[in-house]
Amino acid sequence: MPRMTMIEAIRGAMDVSMERDDNVVVFGEDVGYFGGVFRCTQGLQQKYGKSRCFDAPINELGIVGTAIGMAAYGLKPCVEIQFADYVYPAYDQIVSEAARLRYRSNGGFTCPIVIRMPTGGGIFGGQTHSQSPEALFTHVSGLKVVVPSNPHDAKGLLISAIEDPDPVIFLEPKRLYNGPFDGHHDRPVTAWSKHELGEVPEGHFTVPLGKAVVRKPGADLTILAYGTMVYVAEAAAAETGIDAEIIDLRTLLPLDLDTIVASVKKTGRCVVVHEATLTSGFGAELAALVQENCFFHLEAPVARVAGWDTPYPHAQEWDYFPGPARVGRALTETMEA
Amino acid sequence: MTESTSLRFHVPEPEVRPGGTPDFSKVPIPKAGSVERPPVDVDPRAIRDMAYSIIRVLNKEGEAVGPWAGTLSDEELAEGLRHMMTLRSFDARMQMAQRQGKTSFYMQHMGEEAVSCAFRRALEPGDMNFPTYRQAGLLIAGGYPLVEMMNQIYSNEADPLKGRQLPIMYSSKEHGFFSISGNLGTQFVQAVGWAMASAIKNDAKIAAGWIGDGSTAESDFHAALVFASTYRAPVVLNIVNNQWAISTFQGIARGGSGTFAARGLGFGIPALRVDGNDYLAVHAVAKWAVERARKNLGPTLVEYVTYRVGAHSTSDDPSAYRPKTESEAWPLGDPVIRLKNHLIVRGLWSEERHKQTEAEILDTVISAQKEAEKHGTLHAGGKPSARDMFEGVYAEMPPHLRRQRQQAGV
Repeated sequence: MPRMTMIEAIRGAMDVSMERDDNVVVFGEDVGYFGGVFRCTQGLQQKYGKSRCFDAPINELGIVGTAIGMAAYGLKPCVEIQFADYVYPAYDQIVSEAARLRYRSNGGFTCPIVIRMPTGGGIFGGQTHSQSPEALFTHVSGLKVVVPSNPHDAKGLLISAIEDPDPVIFLEPKRLYNGPFDGHHDRPVTAWSKHELGEVPEGHFTVPLGKAVVRKPGADLTILAYGTMVYVAEAAAAETGIDAEIIDLRTLLPLDLDTIVASVKKTGRCVVVHEATLTSGFGAELAALVQENCFFHLEAPVARVAGWDTPYPHAQEWDYFPGPARVGRALTETMEA
Repeated sequence: MTESTSLRFHVPEPEVRPGGTPDFSKVPIPKAGSVERPPVDVDPRAIRDMAYSIIRVLNKEGEAVGPWAGTLSDEELAEGLRHMMTLRSFDARMQMAQRQGKTSFYMQHMGEEAVSCAFRRALEPGDMNFPTYRQAGLLIAGGYPLVEMMNQIYSNEADPLKGRQLPIMYSSKEHGFFSISGNLGTQFVQAVGWAMASAIKNDAKIAAGWIGDGSTAESDFHAALVFASTYRAPVVLNIVNNQWAISTFQGIARGGSGTFAARGLGFGIPALRVDGNDYLAVHAVAKWAVERARKNLGPTLVEYVTYRVGAHSTSDDPSAYRPKTESEAWPLGDPVIRLKNHLIVRGLWSEERHKQTEAEILDTVISAQKEAEKHGTLHAGGKPSARDMFEGVYAEMPPHLRRQRQQAGV
């Protein structure tokens, strides 16, 4: 099986989908001729032509708004917002329109679109190239929200998202584009070619939406993570020697509650980690669900490790980013509680 | 050193407020028939003046004059009059139904009937409108059943939208009427996307976007023009300038641009202004713009100059912000009366026939109302199931919604 980066996997997913379905179109800022600022759409315009893959004006509202109109016509647009930090001008179109179109028209019109956007920090991206806005979408009924953590899942989940009949917010942790990252910024980065999850099948395959995966089985406590934090959690568990069960959620909405509950009932302890800011972050929903569903099995309070409630800073990157040391402390405290 | 001046903040005001005498003498109204009719493949730069004029066909005597006349047969004109009268009658009954507590909310079209009724006749089956909440004429002129409209307004057991939507937010793919959203302007850019899709698939269908004067200030308006211009989308972008956005006069949205149509010029989109109370002019201009789009010549921006005679909605009282008699002073008159007079002048209609038609239409509307009310009204009779509330959020109901439906005990 070939090994590829997450960028190549994402490109592969669009390539496969465009090949299989003439209704799949791909567009966004710098997405066409240039192939995207992260190279995720490289070669697609040459292969499929300008009517299938094209450059868009710098107008996020317009990108999502026209995609909704295209979906109402019968196309399956897979559009790109250059950074998740820049999705806000399109928020009205996403929340008021894409998410509700099926519901308000009683299925008369539907919105099978995918909105891809690079997300997350750990790259000295400062305030507007590092945000993790997933909670702004998981609060919206009618959307699906996906965050892959490796090339294999990225390709399988993106193909699923494109084939899904509902609008999908597809958040790509850009820190993971070229290789896994466990938060040890002082060590050399590894490439996906050295990682087993860099093995991605050729051609068409899917990873189902709404299904979490246990990345590492364990008995001591359950870590709920997604995106970059999956690797941070692995490092923190290894360094503290705690036998953590690490769940990579993969889809935040709809959430695979069964996998979470089974794990926490087994371990009796739960730590939630995400890069996004703490207050009203997705971790709050996870903690509440664990508390509601696993209360009599819990032996410690559910802990949350998250970005601080500040805008994402530049110079203080590693004081902000919830790295293995901070996650490790939460694991130890939860074991001792 | 430059002399310093204290800056002054400018807030536009309408000429007249309640208690004042309505005055439209400063609104320039060109004579009917005086505006040229260019070929549809005209270079947009050659017709820039048209964004500042008003295309009109019916003159004061009720005659159809000039190069935009003659796009409709006698039968089509009589049918057009019936459509407008039906919309007006429908409005009156639904307004009353709201006052009687049969529904929570309604919005009338009084004075604007020609715009949506005539436009619809310029479209082909398969074309798609992206309307606002004030284009029900698109449904009526397109043959959508009145009973279905009322079922939606009553949110009853036969409501095609299962009681999920506020009254008048209709949706019908089959009738080329996109699902109405409460969020203003959003559909304008979606119309462009639909048109882009039609072009991507080398189809022959075109889209029509709709927006009011006030909502042109929304960012979606700007986005729609950028995308329509860039991709030369086969779309007709319609601005219904009825002078008012709830209590806000059109100058607040228009600013110093002169006309709303003129906004198209900066995007290289040909822009026409038309007498929105002139059924013949609306149809002729719609036909021109639709033909342009269908011939792959790109988008057209059309401003319909009209007047919102009624209150903004059943929750609004216009006497708080404009003179009560302002609509009577409106220089473009009433679209129903003007088309009626035209048909009378042509010997195709009479006062008697008009009264008789009015009575027939009222009967039709009342019997539709009775039929709809058999299925319930908002607070009485049949209503959509509470189970329906959980359906259709997604194609397939995810586990968390199944749990919530169970909790709700439905």
